[in-house]
Amino acid sequence: MNTSSLSNLADKAMSESPTRKAETPSARNSTPQFNVAMAAAGEQNATPVIVEAEKINLFYGTKQALKSVSIPFHQNTISALIGPSGCGKSTFLRCLNRMNDLIEGCRTEGEVTLSGENIYTKGVDTVMLRQRVGMVFQKPNPFPMAIWDNIAYGPRLRGIKNKAVLGEIVEESLRGAALWDEVKDDLKKSALGLSGGQQQRLCIARALATKPEVLLMDEPCSALDPISTLKVEELMRELRGAYTIIIVTHNMQQAARVSDTTAFFLLGELIEMGASAKMFTDPSDKRTEDYITGRFG
Amino acid sequence: MATAPAPLPDSPSPVPPKYQPLASSSTHLRRRKLASTLFYLLCFGVTLLSFFLLAWIMSGIFKQGIPYLNQQFLTSFPSRFAEQAGIKSALYGSVYVLCVTAVFAIPVGIGAAIFLQEYAGDNRFARFVQVNIANLAGVPSIVYGILGLALFVRALGFERSVLSGGLTLGLLVLPIIIIATQEALRGVPNSLRHGSYALGASKWQTIRRQVLPIAMPGILTGIILSISRAMGETAPLIMMGALTYVAFVPRGLRDGFTTLPIQVFNWTSRPQVEFQAIAAAGIIVLMTVLLSLNALAIFLRYRYNSRL
Repeated sequence: MNTSSLSNLADKAMSESPTRKAETPSARNSTPQFNVAMAAAGEQNATPVIVEAEKINLFYGTKQALKSVSIPFHQNTISALIGPSGCGKSTFLRCLNRMNDLIEGCRTEGEVTLSGENIYTKGVDTVMLRQRVGMVFQKPNPFPMAIWDNIAYGPRLRGIKNKAVLGEIVEESLRGAALWDEVKDDLKKSALGLSGGQQQRLCIARALATKPEVLLMDEPCSALDPISTLKVEELMRELRGAYTIIIVTHNMQQAARVSDTTAFFLLGELIEMGASAKMFTDPSDKRTEDYITGRFG
Repeated sequence: MATAPAPLPDSPSPVPPKYQPLASSSTHLRRRKLASTLFYLLCFGVTLLSFFLLAWIMSGIFKQGIPYLNQQFLTSFPSRFAEQAGIKSALYGSVYVLCVTAVFAIPVGIGAAIFLQEYAGDNRFARFVQVNIANLAGVPSIVYGILGLALFVRALGFERSVLSGGLTLGLLVLPIIIIATQEALRGVPNSLRHGSYALGASKWQTIRRQVLPIAMPGILTGIILSISRAMGETAPLIMMGALTYVAFVPRGLRDGFTTLPIQVFNWTSRPQVEFQAIAAAGIIVLMTVLLSLNALAIFLRYRYNSRL
């Protein structure tokens, strides 16, 4: 399956169901949704496209970091972006919530649509965008404040002041990130006292607290030990079906384990994208095969 | 060693290198150790020297000043007679002037630093302002006195008042506050800024809720250093025409004033031995105020740090 046929499929899916379901978390318990998400790995019955990048060219100064990258991401699936260091996968991820805007000298061309809306048109508020597209960074970056305050940070930005409401969000988010049982007695303690793996799950909980539609994860496990990595992966599998997750990873086993679809980047270009099962067993491009079998990179 | 691993096919020498026993020594090693010890002694000696110099000066001042340091000294105005002279007007004057300085310089300085560090980016204008601020920090204080005289006293018509004095000292310490604040802001890791933005925070929310609280200890240090500096400055105030004999407590911003260092300077320039002694007493008062300000700074910094 190549990119163009996939995006054609995506277009069809979009026209059939242009708006996504209103509330994502409601989908959490609906098994059919989950099955549909599973099926996205196959070529038929895909869930609608929620985020679609089209012909993204990105420049740092005069250096081109992304060359005409087009990828559709389906709702409630996990997509992995793989490729050697410096291939542009993290840069591409940051295009999807416009974090690249914060980097001086960075210029983006092309379109990214979120539920049909181009996020790069004038009048799009990045504050609004980033509420709907959450992000977890490579290095856990808990704020130097209490665990409770870390989770309540996003909702508070939105003006929620009621302690009871915030408390519910905090508990729900921590449960969602499988951290509640470990920290429920220490909510007032500094988040910096947590272990690396707990900190990263805290960051995931913090992102969930803003109830995003899409969750971007930039190598979320690269600073974690294998056991913490396992926990985060389990968490991703639990979240899938309720959130659309896009993850950058250096760990190909991880991509194979958790993702429905995988996209392979090389030198700023999208080489190949398809169902993970196929990508890791029978890639159609020689370069993909070389990379996943460890022949270079 | 039961089974020595076979040497790699193309390794040049299968013979393991000879190591010296750990307990042995050599001239070279001894010389390196000696250099280490010497450097340690040098640092220790310099620390001791500066400590003893300070202690020596302070003990002299205390010996001279303590007999005159009593309640009467703190609550009397200056006088021709050393026994009746006091420091009340200077103490009040210093506090008033420093209040004006703080109210002016702290918000302006922090605001300018936030603008330069968080908003301005890296353009020609920002660089130009930056270079000028760095230069201003190095301008001799008496030049600020001339500026204060021309600008506040004459052009704006504030006369030789608490207001003029406070603003002049405010200009003097502004670059220090800006540079210290910028340094503190620069120390805030970008990962926290990005984390905040990624949760949908606006720029101001990010600065207000992440950047400023984390930078606060550094900003406080800068503020206290600059206020201490302003407290000890004499030259610019004399230049802009602060009074030297003041037998009243300033009642408003437009009143004349004197400050602790001016009063001390004034007394030391008198020939009588008694005035030297009350100058010493004045220095003790000045030092006490300064040290309490520093203690406050350390306390505040500690509180902010322990909150993180």
